[in-house]
Amino acid sequence: MTQRMGFFTDTSVCIGCKACEVACKEWNGVPSSDGRDLLGLSYDNTGGLGADTWRHVAFIEQEVPAGTTGDGGMRWLMSSDVCKHCTNAACLDVCPTGALFRTEFGTVVVQEDICNGCGYCVPACPYGVIDRREDDGRAWKCTMCYDRLGDGLEPACAKACPTDSIQYGPLDELRERAAERVEAVPGARLYGDDPSDGVGGDGAFFLLLDEPEVYGLPPDPVVTTRDLPSMWRHVGAAACVMAAVAAAAFTRSKP
Amino acid sequence: MAECHPVGFQWVMEAKARGATVIHIDPRFTRTSAVADAHVPLRAGSDIAFLGGLINYVLESGKYFKDYVLAYTNAATIVTEDFADAGDDGLFSGFDPDHRTYDVRAWQYEGTEVQAASGERDELYDDRARMEQVRAAGRGEAHGSGGAHVEPAPSDPTLAHPRCVFQILKRHFARYTPEMVERVCGIPRSDFRGIAEAITANSGRDRTTVFVYSVGWTQHTVGVQYIRTASILQSLLGNIGRPGGGILALRGHASIQGSTDIPTLFDLLPGYIPMPHAHSNENLNAFVAAEGTDKGYWAELRSYLVSLLKSWWGPAATAENDYCFDYLPRLTGSHSTYETVMAQIAGDCRGYFLLGENPAVGSANARLQRRGLASLDWLVVRDFSLIESATFWKDGPEISTGEMRTEDIGTEVFFLPAAAHTEKSGSFTNTQRLLQWHHEAVEPPGDARSELWFTYHLGRRVREKLAGSADDRDRPLHDLTWDYPVSGSHDEPSAEAVLAEINGRDGSGAPVKSYTQLRDDGSTSCGCWIYAGVYADGVNQAARRTPGKEQDWVAPAWGWAWPANRRILYNRASADPSGRPWSSRKAYVWWDASRGGWTGHDIPDFAVDKPPDYVPDDDATGAAALSGTDAFIMQADGKAWLYAPAGLLDGPLPAHYEPQDSPVPNLLHSQQRNPVRQVAPFAHPDNRLQPSAAEPGSEVFGYVATTYRLTEHHTAGGMSRWLPYLAELQPSFFCEISPELAAERGLEHLGWATIATARNVIEARVLVTRRLRPLTVDGKVIHQVGLPYHWGPNGRSTGDAANELAAVSLDPNVHIQEVKAFACDIRPGRRPAGPARLALVRDYQRRAGITERTGMEP
Repeated sequence: MTQRMGFFTDTSVCIGCKACEVACKEWNGVPSSDGRDLLGLSYDNTGGLGADTWRHVAFIEQEVPAGTTGDGGMRWLMSSDVCKHCTNAACLDVCPTGALFRTEFGTVVVQEDICNGCGYCVPACPYGVIDRREDDGRAWKCTMCYDRLGDGLEPACAKACPTDSIQYGPLDELRERAAERVEAVPGARLYGDDPSDGVGGDGAFFLLLDEPEVYGLPPDPVVTTRDLPSMWRHVGAAACVMAAVAAAAFTRSKP
Repeated sequence: MAECHPVGFQWVMEAKARGATVIHIDPRFTRTSAVADAHVPLRAGSDIAFLGGLINYVLESGKYFKDYVLAYTNAATIVTEDFADAGDDGLFSGFDPDHRTYDVRAWQYEGTEVQAASGERDELYDDRARMEQVRAAGRGEAHGSGGAHVEPAPSDPTLAHPRCVFQILKRHFARYTPEMVERVCGIPRSDFRGIAEAITANSGRDRTTVFVYSVGWTQHTVGVQYIRTASILQSLLGNIGRPGGGILALRGHASIQGSTDIPTLFDLLPGYIPMPHAHSNENLNAFVAAEGTDKGYWAELRSYLVSLLKSWWGPAATAENDYCFDYLPRLTGSHSTYETVMAQIAGDCRGYFLLGENPAVGSANARLQRRGLASLDWLVVRDFSLIESATFWKDGPEISTGEMRTEDIGTEVFFLPAAAHTEKSGSFTNTQRLLQWHHEAVEPPGDARSELWFTYHLGRRVREKLAGSADDRDRPLHDLTWDYPVSGSHDEPSAEAVLAEINGRDGSGAPVKSYTQLRDDGSTSCGCWIYAGVYADGVNQAARRTPGKEQDWVAPAWGWAWPANRRILYNRASADPSGRPWSSRKAYVWWDASRGGWTGHDIPDFAVDKPPDYVPDDDATGAAALSGTDAFIMQADGKAWLYAPAGLLDGPLPAHYEPQDSPVPNLLHSQQRNPVRQVAPFAHPDNRLQPSAAEPGSEVFGYVATTYRLTEHHTAGGMSRWLPYLAELQPSFFCEISPELAAERGLEHLGWATIATARNVIEARVLVTRRLRPLTVDGKVIHQVGLPYHWGPNGRSTGDAANELAAVSLDPNVHIQEVKAFACDIRPGRRPAGPARLALVRDYQRRAGITERTGMEP
């Protein structure tokens, strides 16, 4: 593997322009979601990540104590969500066909020509990111523009972001940058930057201005396959016991 | 700015990262507010009161930049005794209520007449041309004859003379107190004081403050005076001509700046040369004498104009025929887009080209617009998709209300698909006057063609059809230089050849490097004098893309800025009168005594060898008449105008007037509305105006509406509502209201609202949001209704057009519509369809007692 690459999304400078959503769809040929209605979630009419939405900008209107922002009690948080490209990726663990694989950049990508639409990955994702497309049943999600990285291009969303809210680069460098940034921004916290967290750290991590739940992010994500080895051990043990019991039954039936 | 100019907003974020304080003043809490250090909501339509309050604060507190003001503004100049300020009544001297005009001679400097460098320059045509009064229909003229205009006006450098500009300014803005700002704008005194202190603390020798505005300032019946107020404030604070200063006008589309430089406006020729009005016996010399200045670079008007005429008519333009000056059309009045609509309805305008414009959605009083379109013989629509202005005849709202029947509409509509910017070469000129070239990536598909292709080939075919004509009126077409190389499968004309023509050529045919090379003897040609140099050395300077990190911070090798690749205008003012930078922190352009020239980071906006202590001879004219401290080189007196003795039709100083339709009385003057706003030409049953303030019936329209754009869509939607990836981001029209207004009117989040004015009723989904806040205005709660205006019935994202509600009531100077503030009603539920929709409008009119005279008084 070459250097592990990732996203650092600094929501404190996001202006909610949704250029990331559009650039992602343009580059990756993601189908539009015609027939959408107003969601009433502030300016968010996308709702969340899915098979046809690989970048999603959340808009959160908050009342805050007057004087906090000089505007008499209003704060508008914006944040562009994306696949986290987990260090320990459950989607990849459960994929029976090998359609999901880890690239040389450390990212997690679905190969659309191999995916058979079994859907095991969908409930496996602790963030609810990966999703099956209704028409063909296959699973789709952010590829971190795998087809651009090899040519030395940054992903489309990062390229389109006018304020550098979405930054792409070697994960180590991004973590250093984020550590400086979190010191400089009042009320800031990092999300998904910690390699000791439940998914071993995210390849796409965030600087948030409020608790993760406010942005629709799970506060303490855990790779859903974490317990699989011990589960398999238990299953194995149980199977052995069953076999032993069965064998014993035959043994006893001997005259 | 983050909302409508997200790409440009990256520089604001960069400034913020470097320590800049961002204050956002807007009726709504927007994407800009979300990342600003402070958001201060104010009532839509009250900005002159707010900015006037800041001016009053600056003058009263003595926090203006004294050395700058004295050296570079007209603060010391003495004004004529005839001038009387707009006092309690709100009327300046010279007002003629019968004609709704001002006599601008009542505002002049003492003992002299100066010409404006921009704006209305035909006001004193007869005085200046020293000709007999002529009958003409243009605005602001017919002022008799006489009047010298060469003597410099007297001045008082102590600023104590009661008639000097400074004292007039102080008296004029004295009524704009913080208490008055609070009462008029709904901005609490403490917030106002915070802004005033922040701005003044950040202005002076070491620091500069910039104002950024968009059409929220311009689209009012007093729009030009909004900008004037900001200009006065920035001049007092010394924030013009200096890095980090200025007033930045964000334009509404790519290259709208370009379309005023090389104008699509009826009253301008390229490079802000005024379009001639219809005067008797007017020749080139009379025009130049009347419209030019004696001092400053506008004194070279004849060179610019003759070079333009040579560019257009080539060898046919000779000294003997006044360089074809008579080929230019003449104005017989205002021919703005709104007058043209009225001419369509009247049957005077029979054919119309709509190039990338969707007035059936995007212009004020959309129904009136469609009525105009339906009155035409033919209409050409060039756009990407079948916009509402192309289909009104079969599915417009008036078809469903029964006001129009398709079979009765005689307009023949030609829809011609347009090429996108990636399918053609050309330049964009942005708000900082920067030209950036774009190259054709692919040829346009199918029948789609560029505007350049359309215009060139249309002209070519018209000329071919007229080839045999001996009619004199066809001579301008026969003589036109209309020969551009074409290439590709569509015979696309060379955009670069057009750029070279615009740049201009010297006597030898070589590209000129600068407008100072232009001559008035027919030896040079130039399609737009301010663009001279964009093709210097035969190189497309606009196509330069040297990355910022490979050059200095002024980045002169990225694109090309007019004039002369100068990045900040009037940058002589970045140095003190003696030529030294005001401070090392803000050093930009300075006098280098050892080399005997101006130098610095940018191209000096000054004669490069003119020393700071230069005093011109008494008989000097033109650029030579500018002293070493006349930093504002385009101005007739070399000064920034705190007080405008010419160029404006509605007052030499800004005064707060309420919008045409307002629930609030004018608390500053008894004059409710701008007395010279344009409403009379637009009297029409579809354009009824509303009672305001205390007038009976005004309570029917008790809320303030403001229209605006969202990031997700583009203007009237032609470039976004048909694109799936954009349409899905904002899938339908909505209005934004506060929870308090929702409670007052029984409106539900995501439910429907009907919004009404005297013009029309529309329906919108409701977004209830704390981003809109009720304001306390003069002790009364005022609710505002936010209306993004992108929608119409066509495309993938649909809804009613907010502009159905707006009246055609215009700023008198530039004829722009007032759509940023108007009174309305809002109530729950969908609007009626069919004829019942009209009945509801009539019911509103009846309840408010509206007649054809309502709101029309001066």
